[in-house]
Amino acid sequence: MRIDEDTGAAPRGTGGSVTVKLSGALCDLFPGSRRVVTLSAATVSDMIDELDRLWPGMADRIRDTRPAIRKHMNVFVDGERAGLGTPLAVGAEVYVLTAISGG
Amino acid sequence: MAKRVLVLIGTKKGLFIAESDEARKDWSLRGPYCNTWPINHAVADPATDAIHAAGGNEWFGPAVWTSMDLGETWTHSSEGLAYAEGEEPVASAWSLAPGHGGLYAGVQPAGLFRSEDGGKSWSHVKGLRDHPTRPHWNPGGAGLILHSLVPHPEDENRMWVGISSAGVFGTDDGGKTWEPRNKGTRADFFPEDQRYPEFGQCVHCVVLAPGTDQLLYQQNHCGMYRSDDGGRTWESIEAGLPSTFGFPTAAHPRDPKTVYMIPLNGAELGRFVPDAKAAVWRTRDGGKTWQDMRAGLPQENAYFGVLRQAMATDRLEPAGVYFGTGGGEFYASVDEGETWAPVAGHLPAISSVETFVIER
Repeated sequence: MRIDEDTGAAPRGTGGSVTVKLSGALCDLFPGSRRVVTLSAATVSDMIDELDRLWPGMADRIRDTRPAIRKHMNVFVDGERAGLGTPLAVGAEVYVLTAISGG
Repeated sequence: MAKRVLVLIGTKKGLFIAESDEARKDWSLRGPYCNTWPINHAVADPATDAIHAAGGNEWFGPAVWTSMDLGETWTHSSEGLAYAEGEEPVASAWSLAPGHGGLYAGVQPAGLFRSEDGGKSWSHVKGLRDHPTRPHWNPGGAGLILHSLVPHPEDENRMWVGISSAGVFGTDDGGKTWEPRNKGTRADFFPEDQRYPEFGQCVHCVVLAPGTDQLLYQQNHCGMYRSDDGGRTWESIEAGLPSTFGFPTAAHPRDPKTVYMIPLNGAELGRFVPDAKAAVWRTRDGGKTWQDMRAGLPQENAYFGVLRQAMATDRLEPAGVYFGTGGGEFYASVDEGETWAPVAGHLPAISSVETFVIER
């Protein structure tokens, strides 16, 4: 089993290894979380589950209960805006970003 | 025994805490907490000394924040604070109340949740949203929000909630079933022959008088009211007040006939203090007569409003009264409202004010 180089945790997700880059505002909510993490996931939804396993509660901040990616969150996979079902290829680069909104 | 008086000030950009000793003359202000999330309401649970703050963030959804060290450090959770898959998601937590050994949260779109573990996880009190009137509830200007949570002081089966603009609902069986409690309150925004409906009133704030289990007061979009029978019937107490519109209500900590309201000029007239002169209105006789208290409050060019959860009393003698404005000013009175002093003037828009008196 390969040990995750960023978290020291053994990836438990399904699928191949992907790199996830998280927004600072999201990491600020979870002390000890990292801006860049490598994990195993086959889809964006799997990736969110993995993030929640690493930092409990993080899934609620990215995904609502419809379920869908929250209205003012954006997930990009290899440069393309993604949804929960978007597949992740091995080596994919995923950004989890906050949209321009608020007041 | 020395006392610390904390006032929890929920704002558009975080929670602030004003603190004083029992003299309540000199205040320190700290914050913003909760990562500057919009905080709709914050309360302390005297049973645990926890401070809980309810909010919602444009990006990250709803959360209830909790501090076990009077605000120094915080955690947040929305575990279980959700409707079933496919329903419109919970956008924000709007109100909190400790009661009956747990913690209640009201949310938008309107619904009720209960936590048994101090806000770490939540379960839906389904009976309220199962009420047959629910498909007909309409949102008020701030959305379909459950803002007033009034647990019965002793009976865990009894509770009242206020929803804008669905009205007041009460339960006598621990939340399994609910009944509308709006008889006698007006809904001027309906056709003339439908202005006293069973539900659909735009209630703005409901409080229970101290030492009673039946005497309720409310400010409403259309009038000010009291109920002597747990909300089953309401009577107007707006005679003597300058308008029929306002948001916050605060009960005196000991006298059930003393209540504070802040009428605003009107729903369609800007919703600021009448004639741009600020006053807190107090009754000492359960709403028969009113006195406007203005000493220390701005009497010219005051164009602020005070929102539904943004006025509170403390339990000291004499009682302190506090309110916060939509313009970010925070005022305190240490003599039951007779005189006022500004404590903070440049906060973000204030959504809520609650007090916490600690003896140590």
